[in-house]
Amino acid sequence: MSLDDVKTSGFKYVGTSPDRPDGVDKVTGRAKFGADAYAAGMLHGAIVRSPHAHARIISIDTTKAAAAEGVKAIVTRADFHTDLSGENWNIMENVMAGDTALYDGHAVAAIAATSVLAARDAAKLVEVTYEILPHVTDVDEAMAQGAPIIRAGAADNSVPDGLHPNVVRYHESGHGDVDAGFAEADLVIEDHFRTEATHQGYIEPHACLGTLGGDGKGEMWCTTQGHWNVQKICSALLGMETSQLRVTASEIGGGFGGKTTVFIEPVALALSRIANRPVKIVMSRSEVFRASGPTSSTSMDVKIGMKKDGTITAAKGVFRLQGGAFPSAPMEFTAMCAFAPYNLSNVKQIGYDVMANRPKQAAYRAPGSPMAAFAVESVIDELCKELGLDPIDTRLKNASHEGTKASYGPTFQRIGLVETLEAAKAHPHYSAPLKPGQGRGISCGFWFNFGGETSVSLALSMDGSAQIVVGTPDIGGSRASMALMAAEELGIPYENIRCTIADTASLGYNEVSHGSRVTYASGLATIKAARDAVKKLCGRAAAKWGIDPEAVDWVDGCAVPSGPNAGDFDPMPIAEICKRMGSTGGPIVGHFEASPEGAGVSFATHIVDAEVDPETGKTSIVRYTVVQDAGKAIHPAYVEGQYQGGAAQGIGWALNEEYIYGKDGRLQNDVFLDYRIPVASDLPMIDTVIVEVPNPGHPYGVRGVGETSIVPPMAAIANAVSQAAGVRMTELPMSPPRVLKAMDDAKGG
Amino acid sequence: MSKIHVTTSVNGDAVEFLCDPRETLLDVLRDRLHLTGAKEGCGTGDCGACSVTLDGRLVCSCLVLGAEAEGHEIGTIEGIANGEELHPLQQKFIEHAALQCGICTPGILVATKALLEKNPDPTETEVRYWLAGNLCRCTGYDKIIRAVMDTAADLRSDMKEAT
Repeated sequence: MSLDDVKTSGFKYVGTSPDRPDGVDKVTGRAKFGADAYAAGMLHGAIVRSPHAHARIISIDTTKAAAAEGVKAIVTRADFHTDLSGENWNIMENVMAGDTALYDGHAVAAIAATSVLAARDAAKLVEVTYEILPHVTDVDEAMAQGAPIIRAGAADNSVPDGLHPNVVRYHESGHGDVDAGFAEADLVIEDHFRTEATHQGYIEPHACLGTLGGDGKGEMWCTTQGHWNVQKICSALLGMETSQLRVTASEIGGGFGGKTTVFIEPVALALSRIANRPVKIVMSRSEVFRASGPTSSTSMDVKIGMKKDGTITAAKGVFRLQGGAFPSAPMEFTAMCAFAPYNLSNVKQIGYDVMANRPKQAAYRAPGSPMAAFAVESVIDELCKELGLDPIDTRLKNASHEGTKASYGPTFQRIGLVETLEAAKAHPHYSAPLKPGQGRGISCGFWFNFGGETSVSLALSMDGSAQIVVGTPDIGGSRASMALMAAEELGIPYENIRCTIADTASLGYNEVSHGSRVTYASGLATIKAARDAVKKLCGRAAAKWGIDPEAVDWVDGCAVPSGPNAGDFDPMPIAEICKRMGSTGGPIVGHFEASPEGAGVSFATHIVDAEVDPETGKTSIVRYTVVQDAGKAIHPAYVEGQYQGGAAQGIGWALNEEYIYGKDGRLQNDVFLDYRIPVASDLPMIDTVIVEVPNPGHPYGVRGVGETSIVPPMAAIANAVSQAAGVRMTELPMSPPRVLKAMDDAKGG
Repeated sequence: MSKIHVTTSVNGDAVEFLCDPRETLLDVLRDRLHLTGAKEGCGTGDCGACSVTLDGRLVCSCLVLGAEAEGHEIGTIEGIANGEELHPLQQKFIEHAALQCGICTPGILVATKALLEKNPDPTETEVRYWLAGNLCRCTGYDKIIRAVMDTAADLRSDMKEAT
């Protein structure tokens, strides 16, 4: 698609912010989330988890548990499919330990009983004998000589010789000659950065209700970002045909990437297969923290050379990511996103995927990119400070634009980074005076965005209203966006359209709601499905009028004769065509199936003011502005919501949130009291600017917006805090003790 | 273990149930009465998704035992709207796009309704501190705070007109 084919103006519905279709359900408590499903004869599951970071499982004695009141089924790894390989094997091993418990909280057995309490009581009666093994939870320690080996032979052939077996994948990319580039620089700064693992922190714990009968047919209800993926993985782990398992996605209480895989779903099905009754499993918050995906922790080195005028001459980054006890850390994304905002002649990035005794990392909003931005944008800030340059002007001078060969390889099409920087510079926030003790930080951020398998169906009803069936779970209001796009194409009111998330039996395969892909890919498919329906509507009118279907236009919800027939017939409204659909050719349904590949990349620039209390080291965020390119904002209020939510999560990551492991390798802060996500009184209002630089790959120019918003915050806040505290902060979170120590060290040093 | 017989009132309806002594009020509301509007986000009183009122007082229902409901009046999210007519807070939350996933919304609505009954003219800071026990991971709270402030202003002007 070329930019000429993109509709960028003259919208009637797109660009408005009507009430969301699921609004009433969600404010009245009617909406059904994962844990809100019940079935006749339902059992409740509970999972037995390893209290050790690394331990061989010598034996599992379930005798006492099996004899407990109400217990109907017990499963261990032996109750799952054995012939698995690749990522299916990794997921199986994470869902239920095989020979070895690999992290604190790793599942080793599960019980189904007639009540939650009976299941939990029986779980305590399962006797597991462990042989405790040495463990490692830190990324640098896990790579060091002599570190305990998590699993020998897990490395793929990308890993250079001589590295520890815990280094399981390696990435290297870039272009030019970085050494020559550094030689051209007037100033080269290199620094070391570390970030701790954080959790996605969705408020709804994982929950599911599964039924698997003796006939080999299964039903699964669960909270997930992608139910076709649940269907695919669960059927593999249970050794059943994919199509025999029907998965229905509940309303989802937040995901942020953490609900793109499975944890308890295969366990519920395995228990149900034995008990021959529906089994519901709901994770506790502690289980969510200990055993569902946090993000990677990192250790990073970034080196950047700059001329006195602000031109970056070379950039190099080394990014080590720990992704738990499995090959899964998104280090290639970290490496590829690191320098993407900049038009560089000489750039090199290296990534290491490192295993450690922690839960398998799961995607978290622009997985891997925020850490890179923290390191890279901190070094750029330091260079600007040393050379006396304005941080926005310097970024503008080096900004990637259309035609730039990206640091990760491709050549950028039309992108909006320059526009976000210019809008940030013009924003009153950037020139507002700061109070003593405050600092201002800015940062850019990048995310690829994604397309993926997408299938949408749009059926017209006999009264001329429409129902859209999509396969991407709605996390943040996407049903409203789909209805707006369909309204635009069909020329009927937004309220006349109902958008439903189909179950896996009702539509073709849909990739998970991730990669900021939903408004882009399901949106594109909705528009194309609507155009398919419109073509059929025009065909019915043409047949009635006895003219060529090509000579019928669709205007404001009516078929209108055009060309030589213009004015020959009155416009025929959609309701009139639909009323007679049964006798004029049958039901009118538009559909579209594809894997769209034109997801436009997305950039943002954030401005933040932070105030540091010199007595306590506590940081307050006093002002925050997000500027981001949306391509086209379909429902601007929910685009703002994505910007604000990403910023808030970034504030938590920057200041408070971290996985804290004890020397025993056990997670010490597995409740919200100790793992502190931002609360309302921690935050200011979060100002937003929606920049719209159309994406040539979408009919209305949409770019995904969900993920880029979490990329700049940590860097922007680190730059603000470093200015306010008078010392460069290189480790996250910038918790009060860490800031206080850095300030004391700087004074003493 | 024998169960406890409890007689109470939920959203004005007389209710009886049997519960295990260990079951929380949240367990009872959800699993026995099938009022699933109150959510369990943590089970430790940190997230506020299970907020209900007990004789008009805001509580985390995960920190109250089901047996403790005996003789009291419980108010849940299901009782906030008047039939089809939404409470002004519910309407404003939809208008202001103050929810994304919606899992925290019932608890936040119950909590803010209790706030406005106590303090019809809260400052932004007072709203933020009142809601500090209700976690939202999607919105960054911005639109929630705006929805609450806007509702409070509307309710105050309604009150003025009525007097």
